[in-house]
Amino acid sequence: MLMRLAGGRIIDPAHGVDGQVRDLYVRDGRIIDAPEDAATAQSIDVSGRIVMAGAIDLHTHIGGGKVNLARLLLPEDHRRSRDPRSELTRSSCGHAAPGTLSTGYHYAQMGYTACFEPAMLPINARQTHLELGDTPIVDKGCYAMLGNDDFFLRMLAGKQPQSRINDYVAWVMDCTQSIAIKVVNPGGISAFKFNQRRLDVDELHTHYRVTPRQVLQALTRAVHELGVPHGLHVHGCNLGVPGNVDTTLATMDAAEGLPIHLTHIQFHSYGTEGDRKFSSGAARIAEAINARSNVSADVGQIMFGQTVTASGDNMMQYRNADLGSPRKAVIMDIECDAGCGVVPFRYRDQSFVNALQWAIGLEIFLSVHDPWRIFLTTDHPNGAPFTTYPHLIRLLTDRPFRNDMFEKINPDARAASILGSLQREYSLYEIAIMTRAGPARTLGLSDRGHLAAGAAADIVVYRDDADRERMFTTPEYVFKDGELVVRDGKLVKITAGNVHTVKPEYDRSIQTDLEDYFERYQTTSAVGFRISRDELCECGSGLIVHDCRKAVR
Amino acid sequence: MRDGMLRPDFARPDTTSDAPWGPTVGRGYNRCMLPNPKQPSAAAATSHTCPFCGLLCDDVVVAPSGSGAVNVSERGCELSRAGFARQSAPGRDAPRVNGSEASFQQAVSAAARILDRAVQPLIGGLATDVAGMRAAVELADRCGAVLDHANSPAKFRNLLAFQDRGGITTTLAEVRNRADVLVIVGTDAVSRFPRFFERIAAPGGTLFGLKDSERRSIFVGSKPPPDAPGRSDWIPCDRAELPDVLGALAALAAGVRLDATQAGSVPIARLHEVSDAMRSARYGVLVWAAADLDFPHAELTVHAMQHMLATLSRTTRFSGLPLGGNEADLTADAVLLWQVGFPFRTSFASGRADYDPYLFDARRLLARHEVDALLWISTLSDVPVPAPADASGGPPLIPPLILLAGPNAAQSERAAVFFPVATPGIDHAGHLVRTDKVLTLRLTATRPSERASCARILRAICEELHGC
Repeated sequence: MLMRLAGGRIIDPAHGVDGQVRDLYVRDGRIIDAPEDAATAQSIDVSGRIVMAGAIDLHTHIGGGKVNLARLLLPEDHRRSRDPRSELTRSSCGHAAPGTLSTGYHYAQMGYTACFEPAMLPINARQTHLELGDTPIVDKGCYAMLGNDDFFLRMLAGKQPQSRINDYVAWVMDCTQSIAIKVVNPGGISAFKFNQRRLDVDELHTHYRVTPRQVLQALTRAVHELGVPHGLHVHGCNLGVPGNVDTTLATMDAAEGLPIHLTHIQFHSYGTEGDRKFSSGAARIAEAINARSNVSADVGQIMFGQTVTASGDNMMQYRNADLGSPRKAVIMDIECDAGCGVVPFRYRDQSFVNALQWAIGLEIFLSVHDPWRIFLTTDHPNGAPFTTYPHLIRLLTDRPFRNDMFEKINPDARAASILGSLQREYSLYEIAIMTRAGPARTLGLSDRGHLAAGAAADIVVYRDDADRERMFTTPEYVFKDGELVVRDGKLVKITAGNVHTVKPEYDRSIQTDLEDYFERYQTTSAVGFRISRDELCECGSGLIVHDCRKAVR
Repeated sequence: MRDGMLRPDFARPDTTSDAPWGPTVGRGYNRCMLPNPKQPSAAAATSHTCPFCGLLCDDVVVAPSGSGAVNVSERGCELSRAGFARQSAPGRDAPRVNGSEASFQQAVSAAARILDRAVQPLIGGLATDVAGMRAAVELADRCGAVLDHANSPAKFRNLLAFQDRGGITTTLAEVRNRADVLVIVGTDAVSRFPRFFERIAAPGGTLFGLKDSERRSIFVGSKPPPDAPGRSDWIPCDRAELPDVLGALAALAAGVRLDATQAGSVPIARLHEVSDAMRSARYGVLVWAAADLDFPHAELTVHAMQHMLATLSRTTRFSGLPLGGNEADLTADAVLLWQVGFPFRTSFASGRADYDPYLFDARRLLARHEVDALLWISTLSDVPVPAPADASGGPPLIPPLILLAGPNAAQSERAAVFFPVATPGIDHAGHLVRTDKVLTLRLTATRPSERASCARILRAICEELHGC
């Protein structure tokens, strides 16, 4: 079937299009050039509307073991936000850690068509894919967590050649159907198992005698040399610790010019100035990002209210557990692979620390010049649930509104922040870069995040409402692979999404090493570790394999 | 940090003796050191994941015979041998409606009619794989049913404590490679999880130089089984005394001085020894099986154990390892949680998900006759349908029963509709969640089978429903 979206204002930063009025044609789930049989198209009048590609969240904890622990931990939060069964949809619930059904529904209703789970433990990959298979409508992808697994740390300590480390990284990506590699507190999750409670960039892991810097170097090189499109995705050391801005700058430098993505950088941008020894490091962080073209970041903005933090970083989550609200926490060591920690948090606008965290996130957004290298996230649910994105977009695009909000926060935090003096307002074009074109480009999703012929028809149509929060909360139309799934904020069709991966080439003889290792030390077999394409379909998702860059050997 | 952590022999990776690289070691370790040497190349072709307890051992070798029977030929335990043998027994393969053989479609229609007519259906048992549970959740949502698992009385001992305070836990491979002190409370572990100590033993060496002989296992309650690792101690006591004993131990671990000389029948001096051993552990693990904590308000004992772990974790590493997962209880719970956001004892009657650990307890609902249809799922063994005594002292009253169980299920004659159901991991592939919740294992079929899976039956019923 041929469809025409007629007369919309197209915002497609991947092709430099900013508000040009143009018809879009869709056939068989793809955007096409104006065809010869254009007259036969079913036409939808979107004149005066803003048309963008479907939004892409490149860092959102939506599935896998720790998310399910968060769900289990918070029935009180879930009771407050329940989605009823309807003719079309099923019952599900959850505000901070929603069920997969609610997750898919609410993302689609906001015009998101792809979500990336950034912390898949390789050993937990099967459950993650099962959960993502039950997350309707949106596409998904996973970043495999490495850098705290004993196989890798033994390779590093044993001074194995980089090429062999690359083979291992690629083997993990292949077996677990992932699209990128993430490292969380490099070496620190493992060090915590040896009762180390801190590990800074150049501190030694007491057992392996390696440093986080070495972990970062080996993994940034591996990702680069394998041609994985997205640079190493890094949750650095010292999350949440005042003074960690120095750690974060050292982490950037550990990449030695290779591509590196610093995730939820807000949590890593804290100084120690002022009476309370807690201050904004945003200016230094933004300056560093601006000066280093190899560095990208997502913000991990916090928003005020109840949420839950779910992280692989159990070393830091253990430290923060006493700050949780309600006061309960899950801390877990996992299978010589990694760990996880779940701590509920309630961020309060009258708390000095929380209010300054909020301001720091916004300062970073507004001080990084290149919107292609900074991404809009709340690190769902760690900074706030993803449903707060429209509010965040209004904060970025509407300075008077932002300043009104700024006036309401803790006065000491206000005095400690330069936010009120920042003039910048993001344009819709820049928002489209941060939420569509940028994530697609960094992840290597060649057919997503743009509106040229050949792209998947993941398309969102918005009313141009001066209240950007309202505009981005309720798009008029959302199309997923050419099918209308949301109309005026209401779901009209439930579809199943795909999983996006890349498949770097590698020397498959590494499998033998892994079989030996699993046999000797693990409690399952390396053979069972592999998730085949068929099994992924059984989990509920189709598989889309994207191209790697040319490998560097 | 204790001095021991910095001992060079423990602290440094041993890159000469057991690393899978380096010039001195090629492939092929001294596998004869292992009690059950697996051979990956051969095992890949023939090993199966055994679904009959929460350990989900993936190295069990089964040998199908011509008649469809499946026998465990290697590495089976008594549960796996019995489980596979039960599936092998011949049985009637046709569904039945009111005791008479019926076609699949007739049975599906009859089941849908019962659910359509019911004011408050209950879907219980829930011993099924991921696909079966996915279908059960969807069906429950469609017909406004309550979901509860056969094992939930045990599971809630952990869950109530977890939802109140969280917990510190670990997984099998961590235990295998790191645990120098194991404290096993109220269980011998092996009665319900026969290969537990075998699975965490590392006779060929661990990643960090720890040897099995250097481990210490302390049993509080049950008698140590012969394969308990390392030096084992036994603090005998009755299960009913565990709340007192664990309460006292948690206090000692927190450095509280106790005036009492006994906790239950256990001298406090002995608990001092245990608490000292726990505090000096490098990587301690507290093991319990909720199913064995069968005394009132055992959730408070789990709470005390987690409190003790929190205290110990201030200075060393000490984690819990709750054993569970039998009859797929963790699998069913995980699926309900991820799809809906709530665990068992969730009702869809109001058109939204409602979770209440008291109101939606299947046994309570049945005992109080608050449900008027029961769909019972038991795909792994024959979990009996609960038949609670009538409150007035009369015979048990069970609502119209739709039963999905093995072909020889004891209660099949009583069911209004009976479906002989396939067993995941024997008749079809599937997924189950292991005891430590982190591993989801792939099950494979071990024989050709025409028997309908739980997922297929439930989806068919769902499609037949009229009202919703």
